[in-house]
Amino acid sequence: MTKTMNILIVGVGGQGVLLASEILSEAAMNAGYDVKKSEIHGMSQRGGVVSSHVRIGPVVYSPTIGEGQVDVLMAFEQAEGFRAVNWLKRDGIAILSRTSLIPAIVTGSKQYHYPEDAVADMGKIVKKVIGVEADKIAGELGNPRLVNTILLGVLSNYMPLDLDLWTDTIKSRVKPKLVEVNLKAFQRGRDIRLTAVSA
Amino acid sequence: MRELLSGNEAVARGAYEAGVALAASYPGTPSTEILETLAELFPQVYAQWSPNEKVAFEVAIGASFGGGRALCTMKHVGLNVAADPFMTFAYTGVNGGFVIVSCDDPEMHSSQNEQDNRIYAKFAAVPMLNPSSSQEAKDMLVTGYEMSEMFDTPVMLHMTTRISHAKGIVELNDKVVGPNRKFVKDPAKYVMIPSNARKRHVVVAERMEKLRHFAEETPFNVVESNGSKIGIITGGVSYQYAKEVAPELDYLKLGMGFPLPMKKIEQFVQSHDRVLIIEELEPFWEEMIKAAGFLKVEGKTYFGALGELSPLRVAHGLRDAGIVDRVDEPVYSAGNMFPRPPVLCPGCPHRGAFMALKKLGVAVTGDIGCYTLGVMEPLNALDTCICMGASIGNAIGMEKVKGSDKGTVAVIGDSTFMHSGITGLLDAVYNKSNVTVMILDNRATAMTGGQQHPATGKTLMGEEAHTVKIPELCRALGVGSVRELDAYDFDAALAMIKEEMARPGPSVIITNRPCVLMPVRIMEEPYLVDAELCTACGACFRISCPAISASHETNKHGHPKAIIDETVCTGCTLCAQVCPPEAIILKSQFVKV
Repeated sequence: MTKTMNILIVGVGGQGVLLASEILSEAAMNAGYDVKKSEIHGMSQRGGVVSSHVRIGPVVYSPTIGEGQVDVLMAFEQAEGFRAVNWLKRDGIAILSRTSLIPAIVTGSKQYHYPEDAVADMGKIVKKVIGVEADKIAGELGNPRLVNTILLGVLSNYMPLDLDLWTDTIKSRVKPKLVEVNLKAFQRGRDIRLTAVSA
Repeated sequence: MRELLSGNEAVARGAYEAGVALAASYPGTPSTEILETLAELFPQVYAQWSPNEKVAFEVAIGASFGGGRALCTMKHVGLNVAADPFMTFAYTGVNGGFVIVSCDDPEMHSSQNEQDNRIYAKFAAVPMLNPSSSQEAKDMLVTGYEMSEMFDTPVMLHMTTRISHAKGIVELNDKVVGPNRKFVKDPAKYVMIPSNARKRHVVVAERMEKLRHFAEETPFNVVESNGSKIGIITGGVSYQYAKEVAPELDYLKLGMGFPLPMKKIEQFVQSHDRVLIIEELEPFWEEMIKAAGFLKVEGKTYFGALGELSPLRVAHGLRDAGIVDRVDEPVYSAGNMFPRPPVLCPGCPHRGAFMALKKLGVAVTGDIGCYTLGVMEPLNALDTCICMGASIGNAIGMEKVKGSDKGTVAVIGDSTFMHSGITGLLDAVYNKSNVTVMILDNRATAMTGGQQHPATGKTLMGEEAHTVKIPELCRALGVGSVRELDAYDFDAALAMIKEEMARPGPSVIITNRPCVLMPVRIMEEPYLVDAELCTACGACFRISCPAISASHETNKHGHPKAIIDETVCTGCTLCAQVCPPEAIILKSQFVKV
């Protein structure tokens, strides 16, 4: 990798966006890359939009990504993925969990509208879109909190990081009794690729 | 040893490496994690939350006078609160080294204004360092202590949200041994009566001359030459944005942003055809450099003075200045999307207070905390927000001029009341105000992550502490009527607020339900919606609870019925209390036919 790679992770407060970006950043640092990551704490955490910028390369300057320069966009909530589409570069990849979290402000409102299928909306304008049934897979594995590990598995297909780096970082970041199920979740995500999924 | 650290974590690490003896602060985004990290990872550094930034600053000054290295951290507006000791401490100077870390919030991600605190450094005549990465945040803090002791001055470390909350790789060092000093009586230096202060002001001016020389020599002010005829003067995170966009230009990076190295700047300006200054918010450097006679420098013409900069904004500025040909613009747009503003959590006790206040239609003066979210749709129940503690003074004034026909209620959180609400309440008593003050006591500094304060019974370092009894405190101030309210009881809230507003003289209502998230997560039995009874009236939607959403089932007019997400419902009962057809039922009493 000679250029900086930009990954934007978005979701809603409480979904685990920050832990996912932490694991990605640490794996990249252990691979010998320069890494910067940036996010907003504070008021936005109260059920608002959460986003984390991760930048990986030989030398990284800005801690934030330039709008329109994202290589991989990973969303924990499909509408939040679509909201962030302006960050994606022309040939960027979007990985969207099919999770829907409809905020109270939309509920019963005539003014606002939550998209029926944000993954499909995204597919209309962006070529490379992967819709992931992350909640369903997590349910099959018996723990709804595995969504972020599943999504990291999907992401790993598009990152220049060896599998060992991912598994070592996950092992160091989760409780010992949850290591096995997290590695399983990661592999389930890793099995999902652009070609195998219709947007 | 290398670690991925945020700017705030790097400052905490730097405090450890510099042998800091005492750190004091009041929580405030984006500064909070500095002291939290100290308490968690470096308990050998004594650290404390003070009731407010002014007290924190005074405690840190005392530690410095006592000979220890002292750290004081706060968000930008915190320095307004601490400005009084800050300005005069610049006169006395230090004994043990002293660094004030000001964490500014350009773009107001979690703040009420975006003031540029670099101006405070000039105002107080205090040297300032401006890190552009986590590594520099640590290095500059350590050097800051050396500078502080060398020049007998407090030093400001100026951070912004994108430095404080961005992580980067940091090389760790061992702890250094600082000077071992004790307090030495020296009234001419430490007692700022006019006759002494006049002499100390001369010392400040002399010190500034020495610091100007230092600014020319320090490696923090560095020229990066790439043979370009265009030079950029920048610092802080703006340096990173500019390097990202135009690495081929020449740079003068100001790691020490006050006082400026004017000789170095002169040389840089004269050796380049054009010089642009890229700085966030105010034209702080631009004005000083122009005032020094270098009128050809350009800055705010191309890089706006409002909001935070970004790689794209810097690229646009360089394009407008004719320096780069084209900018890679974003290609996609989501168009108009629904908003997702921050909201009060499911079960938040503030919700009950705001439901009652909204129903009564009174003017509500607000304050700083989670409860400021009471302003958001669909609650729309908070009318003012200025600064920490302002709610009570604002209510007193509004009530004196009879500005609201339906009366005025002040709402303030427990931590904010400790911070600067007590004096406001004292004013209400002293000046015979008829104001009603609601202290929304959830027993935590919740918005910043649940920090301790004088009424929680614990310190930052986890020790047991005296718990201030808020009702007793209010009575001691002279408030005649002080009552406690269960914020989950809607009818009781309505009745009590009405009674207290009708009562002459100031009164206080204290809501007594704890935060549902901190220190323990509260989850009682959840409620569910009986779809057969639900008439889709929307009453429960209007209390703005994230646990309640629209069902796919509708009534005959096509309006959606409600459903409750039982995994997030805390069982607070408020929605059930306002449901006209009584369709919201405790899960265990829910009988599905």
